[in-house]
Amino acid sequence: MKNKERLLIDPVKMPEQEPETRIHNQKEVPLGFSLDQAKREALRCLQCKNPKCVEDCPVNIDIPRFIGQIAEGDITAAVRTVKEKNVFPSICGRVCPQEEQCQSRCTVGKIHKDVDKSVGIGRLERFVADWDRAHYTENTVRVETKTGKKAAVVGSGPAGLTVAGDLAKKGHSVTVYEALHKPGGVLIYGIPEFRLPKAIVQQEVENLEKLGVQFRYNAIIGNTFTLQELRDEYDTVFIGTGAGLPRFLNVPGENLLGVYSANEYLTRANLMRAYDFPNSDTPILRDERVVIVGGGNVAMDAARTARRLGAEHSMIVYRRSLDELPARKEEVHHAKEEGIEFHLLRNPVEIFGDEQGWVTGIQVIKMQLGEPDESGRRRPIPIPDSEYKIDCGIVIVAIGNRPNPLLLKETPELQVRDKGTLQITPETGETSIPGVFSGGDIVQGAATVILAMGDGRKAAEAMHRYMTGEQE
Amino acid sequence: MSLYEIVEKTCLAPRVYQWFVQAPAIADKHRPGQFVIIQTTENSERIPLTIVESRKEQGLIRIIFQKVGKSTSDMAALQPGDSLFAVAGPLGTPTHLDMFGSVVCIGGGIGAAPLLPIARGLKERGNQITGILGARSKELLILEPEMRELSKKLYITTDDGSAGEKGFVTDVLKQIIESGQHIDQVVTIGPPVMMKMTAETTRAHAISTVASLNTIMVDGTGMCGGCRIHVNDETKFVCVDGPEFDAHQVDWDEMLKRQNIYRDHECRLFRNQTDETL
Ligand SMILES: Cc1cc2nc3c(=O)[nH]c(=O)nc-3n(C[C@H](O)[C@H](O)[C@H](O)COP(=O)(O)OP(=O)(O)OC[C@H]3O[C@@H](n4cnc5c(N)ncnc54)[C@H](O)[C@@H]3O)c2cc1C
Ligand SMILES: Cc1cc2nc3c(=O)[nH]c(=O)nc-3n(C[C@H](O)[C@H](O)[C@H](O)COP(=O)(O)OP(=O)(O)OC[C@H]3O[C@@H](n4cnc5c(N)ncnc54)[C@H](O)[C@@H]3O)c2cc1C
Ligand code: FES
Repeated sequence: MKNKERLLIDPVKMPEQEPETRIHNQKEVPLGFSLDQAKREALRCLQCKNPKCVEDCPVNIDIPRFIGQIAEGDITAAVRTVKEKNVFPSICGRVCPQEEQCQSRCTVGKIHKDVDKSVGIGRLERFVADWDRAHYTENTVRVETKTGKKAAVVGSGPAGLTVAGDLAKKGHSVTVYEALHKPGGVLIYGIPEFRLPKAIVQQEVENLEKLGVQFRYNAIIGNTFTLQELRDEYDTVFIGTGAGLPRFLNVPGENLLGVYSANEYLTRANLMRAYDFPNSDTPILRDERVVIVGGGNVAMDAARTARRLGAEHSMIVYRRSLDELPARKEEVHHAKEEGIEFHLLRNPVEIFGDEQGWVTGIQVIKMQLGEPDESGRRRPIPIPDSEYKIDCGIVIVAIGNRPNPLLLKETPELQVRDKGTLQITPETGETSIPGVFSGGDIVQGAATVILAMGDGRKAAEAMHRYMTGEQE
Repeated sequence: MSLYEIVEKTCLAPRVYQWFVQAPAIADKHRPGQFVIIQTTENSERIPLTIVESRKEQGLIRIIFQKVGKSTSDMAALQPGDSLFAVAGPLGTPTHLDMFGSVVCIGGGIGAAPLLPIARGLKERGNQITGILGARSKELLILEPEMRELSKKLYITTDDGSAGEKGFVTDVLKQIIESGQHIDQVVTIGPPVMMKMTAETTRAHAISTVASLNTIMVDGTGMCGGCRIHVNDETKFVCVDGPEFDAHQVDWDEMLKRQNIYRDHECRLFRNQTDETL
């Protein structure tokens, strides 16, 4: 096929649940490509000699090759290609900010002058991963001979799971310690079922168990076991404890009844399955009118969850404009389809409550954008005397997370930087304690799944060298 | 023996149960003032409960809980030999155990359970303990013998006068203060109203007072912020900054309200009422 013909193929839309249906269930919103759809989308790829998309993939998947393999119908080969670089494509294919990464550099999108017309690399990655899960018959992963070395992983988020998988494949014996009762980190407690089904995370964990990785739940390092104890028992330790400390607004009324941090709201809804209350025991407040403060993925997840929990009006309050929303474009799009209301250029100044202490509304001030700040984005400036009240019964604060200090509190010898993130050697991920490595949100601050996985990869390599004395 | 197995169960009073649970790692690390988070099954709530005592050699922790709602009722239905789905801990900042001198330890109702390990720790540091245990009636009094053993003197109050003096723990506390007995420190654990009243009583006499807060929690590790409360006008997380705080600086009214967030909510849903009534 000639490139001209390829460019004439329209982007294949992934079938999705209708908005009216999906706001009443927790099931995944996009339904995935059929084989034919995937092949058709794959044909749009120009197989560039000098593929820019690969450069912008944090783990450098050989994108043209795997897409070419889909086009030829050799999905097994495509699976192998993707998995060379990405251990959990079924997760990344769903949650990576593709339009900012690979798809932002796609030649097809550039020619059409529209990033939405780029090849659907993320959707194809998801297709490959789903196909692999559906057809997975035997463990094809090769495990090298046992090295007799032991590694401990603290935290079972994407960073920790990646380290566990990589080290197990290299023949090390790996134990993952997780504070909660289920594995996955944010993937399981934060990101909702309708965006990343729990069964997928569960299956990835089971695959790791098949490789011999041991999981110990309810094990809080710093409390149940100390870092020193792990160092004594294991040859290396990886710390992947994430960014699980919610930030609050520090405005009056923040402790009123009905003010949640996004972490609490999403943990109740997802990990504790409050959406299924009273079949599950954990309650969650429901209200007709819910305000979510923030504009990132976390805010979108909370807003869409609120909608599913019965909010007629689920409202995003964000201090900048639509262009600056940090959330994934696709999720903003899904949110809009689901009727989420966007109150942009608004900043909360106070939360109001009634005599019993229940939230009745939130006072916001209008903002305008000034000169760009350090982040390069235009700085929001309050417009004097423009305050007004938005009535609501629940406020969800989703303005970001900082690293959870629990382990650090008990381990003062670990060096941290000013924002509480761990200090590491960039090339290896080694912390200030020899043999103790780290990566993911605890190092980067609140970042992304793929970056956490990339960190895990790098650290696993360094840990392998540390344990075996092998040189690069 | 399997992990998190309940090896012993005793009914201490109507609706109050005592367990010994297999949890060696937690028993090993536990210090007074710390708690665990328990889930009976995968679909259960995460329930915070104080570790009353740990037996390191046997790997056991002792838990005392009161049946108040759905989750604690499910717990009460379990029998020795059953295992819990999850027990995580030990959580919270351990009690600051020091030599204060003369300490009054006040436990209201089920509050006697979390009070016991603290009183014991204080006694081991050489403090002289005066105990006050309060309950609604005689049969609801728990841990009286153990508290008596630790205390130089133990006072009992009941709302109906069926044991000890009729009245509240604060009535006795006032009498002690008025009798001129010197007090260096007060520890109060029980229903928030009781802790608030204790704080008001000691504030007037500038007696340093510590209370242990039982806010609603989810993770217990500082991740969700659900347990937050104002102490000295600052937001604190009870699970990691506490559970003990200076009782004179806690915003008790906020604490009282936050503790009941789900009371009406749960009841309504349990009665299966229609959506309009929510
Ligand atoms: C609601 C939400 C939506 C998001 N959406 C996206 C998205 O669409 N795309 C994207 O790329 N990124 C998204 N992110 C960000 C992404 O999830 C994180 O960057 C990523 O999960 C970080 O991985 P991690 O392994 O470093 O840590 P985490 O996923 O945070 O996992 C850390 C784990 O360590 C455990 N832990 C912590 N302390 C201890 C201890 N002391 N002992 C034992 N265990 C401990 C925690 O319980 C947790 O399970 C989202 C984040 C949130 C909160
Ligand atoms: C650090 C800490 C230590 C605790 N130690 C003990 C202990 O040793 N023994 C003991 O009996 N109880 C203790 N509690 C209280 C215990 O956690 C609650 O009684 C229990 O969670 C109620 O659960 P439920 O589902 O049965 O009741 P629910 O049906 O949820 O509620 C019944 C009532 O209890 C309130 N409630 C719900 N969850 C909590 C909670 N986490 N804390 C306080 N009130 C709550 C509700 O608002 C309601 O009024 C402790 C709490 C904390 C935070
Ligand atoms: S219980 Fe979640 S932060 Fe304290």
